[in-house]
Amino acid sequence: MKSKFQPDENGYFGQYGGAFIPELLYPNVKELEDNYIQIIESEEFQTEYKSLLKDYVGRPTPLYLAKRLSEKYGAHIYLKREDLNHTGAHKVNNTVGQILIAQKLGKTKIIAETGAGQHGVATATVCALMGLECTVFMGEKDIVRQAPNVARMKMLGAKVVPATSGSKTLKDATNEAIRYWIQHPDTFYLIGSVVGPHPHPDMVARLQAVISEEMKWQLKEKTGKENPDTIIACVGGGSNAAGAFYHYMDDEEVELIAVEAAGLGVNSGESAATSQLGEVGIIHGSKTILMQDEYGQIEEPYSISAGLDYPGVGPLHAFLYESGRAKFMNATDKEALAAAYELTKIEGIIPALETAHALAVLPKMDLKKDQVVVINLSGRGDKDLDIYSKYLEE
Amino acid sequence: MNSIQKLFQKKDQNLLSIYFTCGFPELNDTTKVISELEKHGVDFIEVGLPYSDPLADGPTIQESSQKALENGINLDLIFDQLMTIKATNKTPLVLMGYLNQMLKYGEDKFCQKVVDCGIDTLIIPDLPMVEFENHYQQLFDKYGLTNVFLITPNTEEERIRKIDSYTKAFIYVVASSSITGAKGEISNQQIDYFDRIKAMNLKSKLIIGFGISDKQTFHTACKYANGAIIGSAFIKNVAKNGVDKIDAFITPIIS
Repeated sequence: MKSKFQPDENGYFGQYGGAFIPELLYPNVKELEDNYIQIIESEEFQTEYKSLLKDYVGRPTPLYLAKRLSEKYGAHIYLKREDLNHTGAHKVNNTVGQILIAQKLGKTKIIAETGAGQHGVATATVCALMGLECTVFMGEKDIVRQAPNVARMKMLGAKVVPATSGSKTLKDATNEAIRYWIQHPDTFYLIGSVVGPHPHPDMVARLQAVISEEMKWQLKEKTGKENPDTIIACVGGGSNAAGAFYHYMDDEEVELIAVEAAGLGVNSGESAATSQLGEVGIIHGSKTILMQDEYGQIEEPYSISAGLDYPGVGPLHAFLYESGRAKFMNATDKEALAAAYELTKIEGIIPALETAHALAVLPKMDLKKDQVVVINLSGRGDKDLDIYSKYLEE
Repeated sequence: MNSIQKLFQKKDQNLLSIYFTCGFPELNDTTKVISELEKHGVDFIEVGLPYSDPLADGPTIQESSQKALENGINLDLIFDQLMTIKATNKTPLVLMGYLNQMLKYGEDKFCQKVVDCGIDTLIIPDLPMVEFENHYQQLFDKYGLTNVFLITPNTEEERIRKIDSYTKAFIYVVASSSITGAKGEISNQQIDYFDRIKAMNLKSKLIIGFGISDKQTFHTACKYANGAIIGSAFIKNVAKNGVDKIDAFITPIIS
């Protein structure tokens, strides 16, 4: 039976999704739509993808029982160590898969958007690996706050193009990437999250699904059961959460928690908690929940974390939210910073600022002694050291 | 018969359309721009609804939209402005905006307001054909509105034929696979594409847009279609010279 969390033939998850694209993009999107499932399910793709994930990315990533964190919160807390992937985050699962798809479609020029720079780095990395030309669009504001990743992308041979319109963050970088794609239909848009027109959200979710696929057998080994009680992941566009939830979405007994960035506070006017502040709307070719004003103008979100600073959310997540299948929580800048320091001090792991938002909901939860919780540790915090150091000084 | 069909009955060659951004350069310039364009012989006018994230537009139109939004323009104000010239304006107006604007305003409320302003033709570049077929065709029919589809050099013949069958105003022929912006010339490749479309003998009238900027590109485009739309070049002109010198831009093009 087909899961209700799979998109229908027009790319809808419930009322969310679709492909709201200008005619200029239709041939590109159609080409991908006609081929992506067949490519992903082919033996040839699976062999190459799995081999690269194992030998190049370093998968499977460990599922680590964080003992001191567990003691502190009175539950069994496991960390899915996506931070240990090559390039330091879950993003590379997707870029390895998409670069293989791009090659099968005969594309040689790759473009991408990036927020925190993790997807940009992961894209530049696979382009270097395959010898393909890479252009990454990044908000001017993010170029400043995530400088180490800009340097990495450049060293990897990518061209980094600043997005100077609007809020100069992830939303605008995505706009610029889509614009460039319209002007250069021969390029492959290697999108970084479960956003954009169908089939991009579904394709990226399928490529990130390796996270929950591994969680199943790892939990079985460690706890005797494939299912945890709870999975927690941060959500900007939502790719790491989609990957961590994917194989559990139909299993109602597994509680799914998506954590959004509340910025200075959900109702402060400086927030990126889309599910709390948004309404149905269209962004980047997809109908989803969107932060917008009364006239449908897209609002500029705010979060200290460049990867969560996005006014929409992937259509799958909008559906998980609306259907009640996932619980949406949020964490402020301060709560995330405190959670990052806590994990670093008691477990010796410096998480990415994005990931820190997922950790930050632990004190707000009513955890039970035997509860098995998996937190998707989506990325490492090297790129955020400047922000972390400033916080320490304050 | 809609306003564009009526226009085509009177004239079906060398039609000049101008795109402008409402509320730009100043908040209350909308009606002034329309009346100037009408006065100086523009055949129909594309009324641009400023949007925060105009994916199908180039930097010139995006910047003008951003400025207009900063000026305080919004849909209610635009409808009010359009109502004030409804009685005097005789030039067909085509409303161009993004789907999210209509969605958030309320689809029925939006359509009713458009009709109240005496407008019957819409261009919504991010409204895909499948959504049109599944929902919007019925909605627009209910209000006597019609939607303009775009075709590009990469649109397949079968799809163009389908668009032709849905078209009640004109087909918007995108001059190149690029977003709007004054390019200054028409290439041989573009001419091959125009020839190909012309040879298809479509029932619909064709209007070429994107990259049309001056007399030369306008007249070249008119050899292959019923007319052409100028957008970015006009916006640049009013940004620089204001709304009092519109005739200096228009007159040389149609002379």
